[in-house]
Amino acid sequence: MIWFIARREMRDTLRDWRIVMPIILLILILPWLMNWTAQVAIDFVQQRDAPIIGEQLIPFLLMIVGFFPISFSLVIALETFVGEKERRSIEPLLSMPITDLELYLGKMISATALPLLGSILAISVYLAGLYTSVGYTPALDLLVLIFVLNIVTGLVMVAGAVVVSSQTTSVRAANLLASFIIIPMALLIQAESVVMFWGSYSTLWVIVLGLLVVMAILVRMGTRTFNREEILGREIDELNVRRTGQLLRHFFVNPPEMASNLRNATVVASHPVRFVRWLVRVYRHDLPLLLRHNWMPAAIVVLFVVVASVLGWAYVAKLPLPQGSITLENLAAQDFEALSDLSYLPSLTTGGIFGHNVRVLLLAAPLALVTLGTLSILMLMVPLAMVGFLAGQLAWLGYNPLTFLAVFILPHGLFEIPAAIIATAFALRIGASITASREGLTVGEGVIAAVAEFVKVFVFVVVPLLLVAAFVEANITPQLVIWAYGG
Amino acid sequence: MPELMIRTDNLTKRFPCTTAGAERGCASLDEGAVGQDALQWFTAVDHVTFDVAPGEVLALLGPNGAGKTTTVRMLASILKPSEGWARVAGFDTVHQARQVRHAVGLLTEFPGLYLRMRADEYLDFFGQLQGLSTAQIRHRAERLMARFDLIEARRQRLAEYSKGMRQKLALIRAMIHDPPLLLLDEPTSAMDPHSAKLVRDAIRDLRQEQRAVLICTHNLSEAEMLADRIAIIRRGQIVALDTPARLKADLLGPPLLEVRLAHSLDGTVSELSDLIQVEASGQDWFQYRTPTPEMTNPALLARLSGMGAPVLTLSEVPRSLEEVYLRIVESEGNGGD
Repeated sequence: MIWFIARREMRDTLRDWRIVMPIILLILILPWLMNWTAQVAIDFVQQRDAPIIGEQLIPFLLMIVGFFPISFSLVIALETFVGEKERRSIEPLLSMPITDLELYLGKMISATALPLLGSILAISVYLAGLYTSVGYTPALDLLVLIFVLNIVTGLVMVAGAVVVSSQTTSVRAANLLASFIIIPMALLIQAESVVMFWGSYSTLWVIVLGLLVVMAILVRMGTRTFNREEILGREIDELNVRRTGQLLRHFFVNPPEMASNLRNATVVASHPVRFVRWLVRVYRHDLPLLLRHNWMPAAIVVLFVVVASVLGWAYVAKLPLPQGSITLENLAAQDFEALSDLSYLPSLTTGGIFGHNVRVLLLAAPLALVTLGTLSILMLMVPLAMVGFLAGQLAWLGYNPLTFLAVFILPHGLFEIPAAIIATAFALRIGASITASREGLTVGEGVIAAVAEFVKVFVFVVVPLLLVAAFVEANITPQLVIWAYGG
Repeated sequence: MPELMIRTDNLTKRFPCTTAGAERGCASLDEGAVGQDALQWFTAVDHVTFDVAPGEVLALLGPNGAGKTTTVRMLASILKPSEGWARVAGFDTVHQARQVRHAVGLLTEFPGLYLRMRADEYLDFFGQLQGLSTAQIRHRAERLMARFDLIEARRQRLAEYSKGMRQKLALIRAMIHDPPLLLLDEPTSAMDPHSAKLVRDAIRDLRQEQRAVLICTHNLSEAEMLADRIAIIRRGQIVALDTPARLKADLLGPPLLEVRLAHSLDGTVSELSDLIQVEASGQDWFQYRTPTPEMTNPALLARLSGMGAPVLTLSEVPRSLEEVYLRIVESEGNGGD
């Protein structure tokens, strides 16, 4: 089925001169132009005794020659996905006994295949010209790198185009949104160019790896959003702020199990509940259920936190502090007061610490949304890596790290660290909801549900824990430290 | 062959309420909800229950926006119901979607053709998606294109096809894999009378072959011609479902009969007042209704004969489905969603 769909799309594309002619021109003219540019540049730099610039220019131009035809994959992808809906030819296709995934993959292959072929041909023409003119043959590893880079770049653009086109109802709107793909890719090409000039091909392989991860995420998002309900259910491009508010309220107020039954009247119907009774239900039913259902993100966060601490500890071997650089003896209250003078630390009061921690953990939610959860986890890993690092340093300096942990970290850490883990886990859930929608919900509804659950857990679990932690950190931890290390 | 080709039970479809949709009547599912904060939904199809047997033609009528296309999309397993269920050819439309789509031939509201393809290529593509071999596709495509007078244009690009030709090709696409059920949305729209007749004949043949057909149409005379039963849908709900004759009898009362005499009435009508109540009359004709025509009509004829008033014709005044439809649709105020 995938092949039938891909073949039809490719035939259709080949019959569209508006796509074929530019690709042919790019295959024939661009390599010749780059060839001429390379020759001129090489002559120029050789006269100025800087042949290395010319040597690095050739691979760079090789990459450009391969990239331009690939960039057409974005145009084709937008056209084949949202254009088909605009022309109303998608519905007969959706009534066929094919799965959403087969349709998606068929279109992806067709959108990538021809531009990829164009890219390969353009590179071949360019290399043939270079060999003829200056006798240049690229190293095999460089050639493989360029091909892989072009393929992955094309796939990322196509996968991004699917996500974009699934959110729009017209080619016009999709082209406008396509700037979200083109601008980052343009910046990436410039970065790759710089790296190419440096000759750091291993960095380019790291970029390929990063692009593969991005592609996997976008493909997953695409397979979730490219489905019959989303394609036919959206009639107009409209930002419905009121509905977003209604959904947020619905998911926040109602029990979690109602989320998947959003459209089922027999489940949704509820009765007015008084605030106190609602609060009791939240603590007795909603929160335990949410925490149980989200054990996996929490486990992932715990794993990363442990890894961060261990890495921090291990890093001591690379950056050991000289003996005597830290002294914990004779610590007194005025040492804690002095910390308040440091501008980058919050004031060591309950309010100051509480406000700081709430701000930081609240930030995890929007960060998770735009980075699919990665920055949220990183934000938690950094301080715990520092704890591990400090503990390791103290061990290196002859102090007992367990004592350090027991008095400096544990008293408030017992409350603060679980709060941070829970907040980060639910933030991670927000990021994941973009790529893995829930049964019975669209992607948008799934994201709003995840945000509502984050808010619910934050308000009723995380904030109380942080409040207790802040109080302990401001009032009890210093006393324990002084008791353990004071003179 | 399953006992029923289509079975639905409380089939419901809700869409998120958009700003535009708010004017069409959105509501919250939560009975206890108050005000605009409650989540609003637009119910396009509202607890629809009906069935269609093999060899039956059911016409689905309704104003624009009534929910016909959404119902058809759910039956074709393109959309999932929000509530209720549907079984097509014995398969569940949600859990056995692939089998349903294989058993259904769908003619969509818009033909939606690939204009850069040739007609034979187009049918070849969709035939392959339905799992047919090249030989089967070729055989069926030629037969169907000949039947619908498109055989001469089979190697033409679809961009060169007229509207009517595109509609016919879309119908052929729906029939190419010989499905047991056809869902046809406006099958004769944009067609000339000859082509429309070809389509109607094809639908009759399908019925004889024990295929089931569900037609969505605004062409009431065509619905009356073809359909065994008619379902009228309004604001997502089926408000009438019966044979055309029973719908007319239920909603319009007993049939209206007309007598034409060989000469003018000349007071004839007044002498018949004990037998019938004349509703309208002219120079040489009068109309009446009777709940018992099998008794009244012979007596009337006998009386007229006795009066020396030769009867030319006694016939039923044709009543159109349009009267029934308008009466239903307008009964709760102006329709048109």
